[in-house]
Amino acid sequence: MQKVQKYNAIMTGNEAVAVGVKLARVGFISAYPITPQTTIVEKLAEMVANREITAKYVEVESEHSAMGAVFASELAGVRSYTATSSHGLLYMHEMLHWTAGQRLPVVMSVVNRSIGPPWNIWSEQTDSMNQKDTGWLQVYCESNQEALDTILMGYKIAESSDVLLPLMSMEDAFILSHTSEPVDLPSQEEVDSFLPGFDLPFRIDTGTPMGYGSYSTPDGPFMELKRDMMESMRNSRRIIERVTREFADAFGREYSGLVEQYMMSDADYALIASGTLASTGKYVVGKLREKGWKVGLIRIRFFRPFPDEELVKAVSGLKGVGVLDRSVSFSPAGSMANEVRAALYRKSNIPVAGFIAGLGGRDVKVEDFQNMFQMIRDGFSGSTYVNVRGGA
Amino acid sequence: MSGEVHDMPFSIPREEFMEPGHTACHGCGATLAMRYVLKALGKNTVVSVPASCWAVIPGAMPNRTLDVPMVYTPFAATGASITGLRAAFDILGKEDYNVVGFAGDGGTADIGLQSLSGAMERGHNVFYIMYDNEGYMNTGVQRSGSTPYGAETTTTPVRAEKNFKHQQKKVVADLMMAQGVPYVATATVAYPEDLIRKIGNAKKIVGPKFIQVLSPCPTGWYFPTEKTVEISRMAVQSGMFPLYEYYDGKLRVTKPSRPVSIREYVSAQDRFLHLEDEDIERLQATVDQRMKTLLDKERETSGA
Repeated sequence: MQKVQKYNAIMTGNEAVAVGVKLARVGFISAYPITPQTTIVEKLAEMVANREITAKYVEVESEHSAMGAVFASELAGVRSYTATSSHGLLYMHEMLHWTAGQRLPVVMSVVNRSIGPPWNIWSEQTDSMNQKDTGWLQVYCESNQEALDTILMGYKIAESSDVLLPLMSMEDAFILSHTSEPVDLPSQEEVDSFLPGFDLPFRIDTGTPMGYGSYSTPDGPFMELKRDMMESMRNSRRIIERVTREFADAFGREYSGLVEQYMMSDADYALIASGTLASTGKYVVGKLREKGWKVGLIRIRFFRPFPDEELVKAVSGLKGVGVLDRSVSFSPAGSMANEVRAALYRKSNIPVAGFIAGLGGRDVKVEDFQNMFQMIRDGFSGSTYVNVRGGA
Repeated sequence: MSGEVHDMPFSIPREEFMEPGHTACHGCGATLAMRYVLKALGKNTVVSVPASCWAVIPGAMPNRTLDVPMVYTPFAATGASITGLRAAFDILGKEDYNVVGFAGDGGTADIGLQSLSGAMERGHNVFYIMYDNEGYMNTGVQRSGSTPYGAETTTTPVRAEKNFKHQQKKVVADLMMAQGVPYVATATVAYPEDLIRKIGNAKKIVGPKFIQVLSPCPTGWYFPTEKTVEISRMAVQSGMFPLYEYYDGKLRVTKPSRPVSIREYVSAQDRFLHLEDEDIERLQATVDQRMKTLLDKERETSGA
């Protein structure tokens, strides 16, 4: 049984995120509106107008410029924030690399929405999956509470001197962004004692003039700097575990680090999922357990850093596993399925099924999950589509 | 050191914020532009530079050539980056920092135009210096929106087909004036006192300032490297690049003191080598027309 959570507010995911930004004492916000991110930036603009927060808010003329402004303010030494979705995130792509490459711990909210054509504003993870190699930590949230808490933990993780990489926190379009849930809002004092102020060691100062991002020849430090980013991403797992524990101590809410395991202790079969699809999956696991199926669910919270060791551990003893991708990929399977299969290569012999579901906000129903678990039990190890017309 | 030369009043600040040892081409006008701009603004300045010649001139990491912080940005991000820098310095109580976007003509007239226009519209207290060498010189002399009519570049080659640039120069300073930017000026490296005076005037305005500095490029305009200042001066005297200053809603145009013809100007650069009489006449006509338009606007805005 899941505990009923303590709460003191009822709000949408986007409102919860805005409150998180306020509580994190962000100094500079720059954004460009896009459905379904808009209610985050509207709420923040309203907070600024109400003098609820002292942040400077600048609405710019594009997402590329939003990240361009935020990267620069962060480099000047101010904790900065932006939010986007879908095509807006794609338009930022170049600046995502630049911000990570400059080692700037910006935190950004991404409301996961599909990529056109055809135009479609509903939930899908292709936008953020396309950014998996930009050097950003990636967190997929399952609830409005987690969306808020991830902003607070996000700055602490990203700003750690062992990480210094930016972090994007994902919410499913509408399912979280526009749906109200009970949320427990921490007090400012609690957050202040959890999250220290921002102190970028190499911030711009005219007293110590430096070049920020000049070029490097093949024999210059280029390769070493990129290796350092990749190593910092891997090392961030340690910081994530530590900050998650500190968060639990401070606020009493337990998150499970990189992956969450649900009813896994005696499971024979499991589905690996992320975001709110994991919530439906957990419900179906409960139903199937009533029928005697020994199934469980593994929820990927952090896709970057990729939780390969955690997954190897989580699937040990299983007879089969499936991976649910809510994104478009033109490689042999979905993006998550590919990485799970790579992680399990020679570490596990169980079949790994790949499922692509829920594109463009298509419902993934209880019976779809039941079918997926059935296929996993049957030893399916290929890749297929779920709830698609014309046959998988 | 007792020479009376040092006692003479200098019209250009003597302090240097650009060190020797950079990697610019001989005769680089863009290098002079940066040197004068920093002399005018002083030490408390942060420069943001997108992909351009100036992203390479300071040399490879960890070298630098400026004695002020220099932020490198992607090509289209100059306007956005000075937005963020200005906001952050104001938040940190560093209102006295001069925030300067320093971008080439490709990064300004073409790929960076949206970001520039956005930053100027939002009214941030920033400088945007466009060093105009009339093409993508760092990548090997390709055509930009700011390349003038008649110029040969590597993407407008003159071979069996005379594919020199057949379109007119997009003058970003004119666009900025039309947009209502509070301070807009043109300048060039042949007249450093004028450039420095304009930056001084601009500095008095709390808001966006845009200055387009013609920066001749011997490598891409095909003229001898010692002629940079001469070509820069001829560009003004011929009317190819009129100098003006626009603020308080008033336009002031510098009238060429010793006018030279367009024929003389283009004859001094091999990028125009292929032009026939009729091409030169066409260019002269558009130059004359533009000067007339500017002088008309000067009259209209002077209230006379």
